Amino acid sequence: MNEILLKNAIALDGSIIDVLIMESSVAQVGVGLETSGEIIDCGGLRLLPGFVDLHTHLREPGKENTETVLSGSQAAARGGFTAVSAMANTYPVADSAGVVEQVWRLGKSAGLCDVYPIGAVSAGLEGEKLAEIGAMAESAARVRVFSDDGKCVSDPLLMRRALEYVKSFGGVIAQHAQEPRLTIGAQMNEGSVASELGLAGWPAVAEESIVARDILIANAVQSRLHICHLSTRGSVEIVRWAKAQGMAVTAEVTPHHLLLTDESARTYDPIYKVNPPLRSMEDVLALRAALADGTIDIVATDHAPHSDEDKECEWASAAFGMVGLESALGIVVTTMIESGLMDWQRLAEVMSYAPAKIGGYEGQGEMLAVGAQANFVLVDPQSEWLVDREALLSRSRNTPFPGMKLTGEVIHTIYRGKVVLRNRKVLSYE
Amino acid sequence: MSLILDGTEISRALKRIAHEIVEHHHGLNSVVLMGIPTRGKYLAERLAAMLASIEAPVEHGTLDITMHRDDIRLRPPRALVPTLLPVGGIEGKSVILVDDVLFSGRTIRAALDALGELGRPASVQLAVLVDRGHRELPIRADYVGKNIPTSLKESVKVSLIEIDGIDSVEIAPVSP
Amino acid sequence: MKNLLSINDLSHDEAISILDTAAELQKLTAGTVKKLPTLRGRTVANLFFEDSTRTRLSFEAAAKRLSADVINFSAKGSSVSKGESLKDTAQTLEAMGVDLFVLRHPASGAATSLAESGWVHAHIINAGDGTHEHPTQALLDSFTIRKHHGIGRNDFSGVKVAIVGDIAHSRVARSNVLLLKKLGADVTVIAPPTLIPHGIESWGVQHSYDFDEDLASFDVVMMLRVQLERMNDAYFPNGREYARGYGLDESRLHRLKKSAIVMHPGPMNRGLEISSASADSAQSVILEQVANGVIVRMAVLYRSLGGPDIASAGGL
Repeated sequence: MNEILLKNAIALDGSIIDVLIMESSVAQVGVGLETSGEIIDCGGLRLLPGFVDLHTHLREPGKENTETVLSGSQAAARGGFTAVSAMANTYPVADSAGVVEQVWRLGKSAGLCDVYPIGAVSAGLEGEKLAEIGAMAESAARVRVFSDDGKCVSDPLLMRRALEYVKSFGGVIAQHAQEPRLTIGAQMNEGSVASELGLAGWPAVAEESIVARDILIANAVQSRLHICHLSTRGSVEIVRWAKAQGMAVTAEVTPHHLLLTDESARTYDPIYKVNPPLRSMEDVLALRAALADGTIDIVATDHAPHSDEDKECEWASAAFGMVGLESALGIVVTTMIESGLMDWQRLAEVMSYAPAKIGGYEGQGEMLAVGAQANFVLVDPQSEWLVDREALLSRSRNTPFPGMKLTGEVIHTIYRGKVVLRNRKVLSYE
Repeated sequence: MSLILDGTEISRALKRIAHEIVEHHHGLNSVVLMGIPTRGKYLAERLAAMLASIEAPVEHGTLDITMHRDDIRLRPPRALVPTLLPVGGIEGKSVILVDDVLFSGRTIRAALDALGELGRPASVQLAVLVDRGHRELPIRADYVGKNIPTSLKESVKVSLIEIDGIDSVEIAPVSP
Repeated sequence: MKNLLSINDLSHDEAISILDTAAELQKLTAGTVKKLPTLRGRTVANLFFEDSTRTRLSFEAAAKRLSADVINFSAKGSSVSKGESLKDTAQTLEAMGVDLFVLRHPASGAATSLAESGWVHAHIINAGDGTHEHPTQALLDSFTIRKHHGIGRNDFSGVKVAIVGDIAHSRVARSNVLLLKKLGADVTVIAPPTLIPHGIESWGVQHSYDFDEDLASFDVVMMLRVQLERMNDAYFPNGREYARGYGLDESRLHRLKKSAIVMHPGPMNRGLEISSASADSAQSVILEQVANGVIVRMAVLYRSLGGPDIASAGGL
């Protein structure tokens, strides 16, 4: 029988504990535990629930040159994620049971984390008619989260129908909030930096108007709305208001929006080109505060791999997006924990418990208890490390953080009782 | 850094050049002095003043040669200095180019080109305060204040009161 | 000055020095001398990803008057759809021995990308990048202003300049604002609110929606070309209404100071942002701008291609 003993880890409450894992679940939690199996010395390491990413682009099928389910799973394991959610904007689009089952099976065979496909809201992401939402929900992949991410479901009627439709199985619509008419040709955050650089502005109101609209629609039909990658102070205020009214809305923020601002664009290096765009420092501070106070529920990476060809060009021609799985924890610790804005308990909440709950991911984001699935990440909270672009496990290199010093490093990742990352090295198959 | 000429010696050298010019151009008819910026401009002015007191006033001007250099890859660009032609122009005149140091000869080559575009003088001569040798072109000076044998590892620094606040010629090792 | 990507690359003194150099070049080339040997043996490539015959011809004339060899590459956005071709095209031309690129590109920041990416080693002059900058246009405009409002002035304080039109999408406006501010001029940008850039407050200029308000106070009125496509994007209702509010028509021309000059970077939409009477009036310096463009670009090419000082001191 597979037995692993995690020795002397720091629990969320700060106490030092041992955790005995048998097969895929927790067998014992206490002090002074013993085993005849493997012992992992976790002295000085924080024991956290395996992270759950509700927003990941794995690019398979269709763009395997930039990422595959396997390479993305390796990057996830490196980042401490035991579950990721594969966005629907693949080729073909994940708008049918066939595609989501394929992705789901690829995740199983990679075996490094749970891969939950996200289904498209509209057929072909075209925003015109509903995708086969029911079929995807009933498929082997049991899809519960639907999103046209990359594009906004801008038609309010289609949005309303989708929100209503997913109620039958407790699904959720994850909206990419971007009013398309207000962002024609938009390149970066609308503001003085964009004006100076002569890059077409992406107004905050293009996001906020959709956030406000969809909160009202979701409330009107009593369904669940999740807002992807919140990026503005105004969006935060709207979500805060909705939550105060008791409306069922959840929201995510990406690590890059917690750290970077539109000032980065001054280099015209498209590595900083992302959708939604990097905003002002005022927005960054509002997002941090909102993540700390619960207005924003989760951190999601929006890991978006792109080939060098799509980034080695002038800004306007470059693709939107950044990879993020492998640097997520470091950014969150650096921006939120080191700054004293939040504690490790809250980090576990925003990176594991809450996203698992929103996605309905079974066996993920569970409290530490006997019988729970053994999904853990062990983090050295003091370790300072440099992001090495060349060492990324993702197939793509488009990190905006190369050479950046981050605090908080993932040392081991345990996925359903299996050590998939040991001493920073991902389990490899031969 | 060693001093080669002091102020008095520079004046003496220029005076000697002035006398040689007078000897060569009787009456100074049609002589025009063209100073090459930066320091040649002031040397030409001084020579003109000396000639006026010895013999007769002469016309003088400045000739900027920046855009005619063939070593643009080797030197930092600089703002152009105005080229000032005397009222009578240079057509048919006996032009004497005036510069501080004669070295490779390339400046003078550029000056001849620049001059050629302004007119056709009857003759062109060259007056320099210092000839330090190491010519790279078949060019020689007609009037030399002082011949100073140098090595390529040395640099010659001419200072003039008008710009540097002091008159001197010094030799120093080329700064690495 | 290896590259000229933005007016921000220049200090006040460097900008003045370019204008001084241009002034000397103008005297030098005013007579019989049309051609100087300065850049003999050097190759300048005009890399134009956007149509602009005027700018290309101006750079070509400038390079040729300095005896440089000139090669031209033109491609419109349609034939070169993907940005990668900027890299490929530049590298290809560099392999043919180009010393300096004059780059015109529809994407803002293209010149910066080319300079910063390490794709090529040649020098780069930005000849207009998207809606970002057009630094040589600003230099030639300041050169023209300087000639009309005090030759040799190193300080433009007291000179009141109005820039009128599509400020939001104008690279000419951006570069001019940066340079005129650097030189100390008093700048007002004038446009309907839809064409005033976001965050104009941080530009350090005044802005106004009313062209008539201070009309009689300006020493320079710089009219910008209006892109008619803007109408379709609802920036303004139509050409008539635009001309009424922001066009330099005859009545406005008459209300200008007699000493004021009228400028336009060209090509003009006569009857829209500027009436024929204004464009052809005695106060118009539009053709002079064109002539000055060649001179100023000569100065810029010379400044860019001058190498580091490795020659030993002591005269040559």
